[in-house]
Amino acid sequence: MGSDAIVVRGLSFAYRDRPALAGIDLTVAPGEIVGLIGPNGSGKSTLIRLVSGALDGFDGEIHVMGLDVATTPQRELARALAVVPQEPRFGFPFTALEIVLMGRHPHLAGLAFESEADVALARDALERCGAAGFADRPIHELSAGERQRVVFARALTQQPRVLLLDEPASFLDIRHQVELYDLVRQQAHDQNVAVLSVLHDLNLAAEYCDRIVLLREGRVAAAGPTDEVFSYANLTEVFETEVYVDTNTLTGKLLVMPLSGRVQRKLRED
Amino acid sequence: MLTARRLTLCCLGFLVLLLAALAVGVSFGSGEVSLGDLWNDGLSERHQAILFQIRIPRVLVAALLGGALSIAGVSFQALLRNPLADPYVLGVSGGASIGGVVALTLIELPALAARIPQPLIVPVFAFAGALGALVLIERIATVGGRLTVYTVLLTGAIFNAFSAAVIYFIQSLASLEELHAIVFHLMGRVREMAIGWIGALAVAILIPATLLVTQGRSFNALSTGEEGATQLGVDTERLKRRTFILGALLTGIAVAMAGLIGFVGLVVPHLLRLWLGPDHRLLLPVSFLGGAAFLVLADTLARVLTAPNELPVGVVTALVGGPFFLLLLRRRGASHGF
Repeated sequence: MGSDAIVVRGLSFAYRDRPALAGIDLTVAPGEIVGLIGPNGSGKSTLIRLVSGALDGFDGEIHVMGLDVATTPQRELARALAVVPQEPRFGFPFTALEIVLMGRHPHLAGLAFESEADVALARDALERCGAAGFADRPIHELSAGERQRVVFARALTQQPRVLLLDEPASFLDIRHQVELYDLVRQQAHDQNVAVLSVLHDLNLAAEYCDRIVLLREGRVAAAGPTDEVFSYANLTEVFETEVYVDTNTLTGKLLVMPLSGRVQRKLRED
Repeated sequence: MLTARRLTLCCLGFLVLLLAALAVGVSFGSGEVSLGDLWNDGLSERHQAILFQIRIPRVLVAALLGGALSIAGVSFQALLRNPLADPYVLGVSGGASIGGVVALTLIELPALAARIPQPLIVPVFAFAGALGALVLIERIATVGGRLTVYTVLLTGAIFNAFSAAVIYFIQSLASLEELHAIVFHLMGRVREMAIGWIGALAVAILIPATLLVTQGRSFNALSTGEEGATQLGVDTERLKRRTFILGALLTGIAVAMAGLIGFVGLVVPHLLRLWLGPDHRLLLPVSFLGGAAFLVLADTLARVLTAPNELPVGVVTALVGGPFFLLLLRRRGASHGF
């Protein structure tokens, strides 16, 4: 296990009798950003949910900061690990600040109220996520992108050693996507937080991820440093579509463009 | 945002409101005696009897039941993440109704005819019915060791429909006199109790209510969904099971003691949520106090409006609560989404 923040070994899981993941091995070290990439239904979100302790009945082992996810009380786990889900849900009209303060829940004793330090932490997180302006607005009056920033601020307020992100940028405009991932990078590199993130945007992944795990039909198709995994061969095989691959002349990182059906047909004819 | 100071102030405010409601409840009734007379030397024995054996026990029971229904309502709303849930959605009230009606027709009415008073037989049977329903619904709704909210809701709805059918069946066999008693029992009527029994009732209601109050912050987290709450460190399975059992116990006690008093568990939490915000740490205790005050006042109206005859208090709560609720929804609901 060593010093890795997330260790997954021989992980298999099925929803009733439909297998979702088979024999997954994966590690994330503190300070590292690992991207989970794969087509729809390849098991990315399931893997995130399993590591977070939200699903039980899996085979294999999952350890987070040395805690066995299968047996550790959820409260203890939530002090080490925070999740930004794909589609956060809100049942009652709490304000953005109240939602962010929920991140203190695992740290607060039984009937305790949030201290001034907790509130300062929450306001600071809102500020850093560019959400301070709507701290006192009811969450359901905010746009999807604004909500996502609030939920990310909540994850920061949880002060985790491990961050699990399930498409945290899916509703964000390009400016806020970059700002969010800059924050993720800052958490990883300055605070030594381990990050495991599902991403659909391959260019964002190429820019921000230290390593990539490519999933396909519940199995690891390829894993390793981003530059090695993101090859034309790997991407076309896993996603089963033609892509245009180039190098970003500004950063030297990979640049990927999907190609339309018309272009793909033309390529095949040539 | 909720602070300990705001919580204390709000609770004190609602405590004062409840005390005022109790004073009003004690002061009005069909006999001419009021709270002020307590301090007069010339209080006759008959007036003392009215105050201490009828009115004071009555308002205390009304307060306890109103609090129980209201806090059960908030808890079920939190459990189902639906502001329109009321204490009766989970079906336990159906079991209590069957138990109560059976005891009423088979034991209490024949006993009354033979002049042998059986003051607690209906509540005891009704509570047994509630417990039976609780165990049954919990068993049916637990799938693979997990209490599934949808299954609970469906099981509750079906159980309520089934118990309504059982009661119609009993009613169709009943005499006119029995029918009248059944209808009155089901429409909700606060029973007078000996002071000694009220202590027991208070313990039976305050213990589950206090346990629910301590779950406030977990309920807040639960509003982000079961998975969201789990990821915030809540033991969601334990919270759901606890809430179902405690809320069902409170509902069972209330229905056993007073039949189906509607609207208290829906209107009071709703109004307070609109007014004070959704934080359950505040909403739970304040709903208990507010629900208590509401039912004391409604029961006073039920006693006074058509004195010396008494209206079923469930009719009063629905007549007052329904239109008020609609008005509220039109004014605030549109902008709030809730």
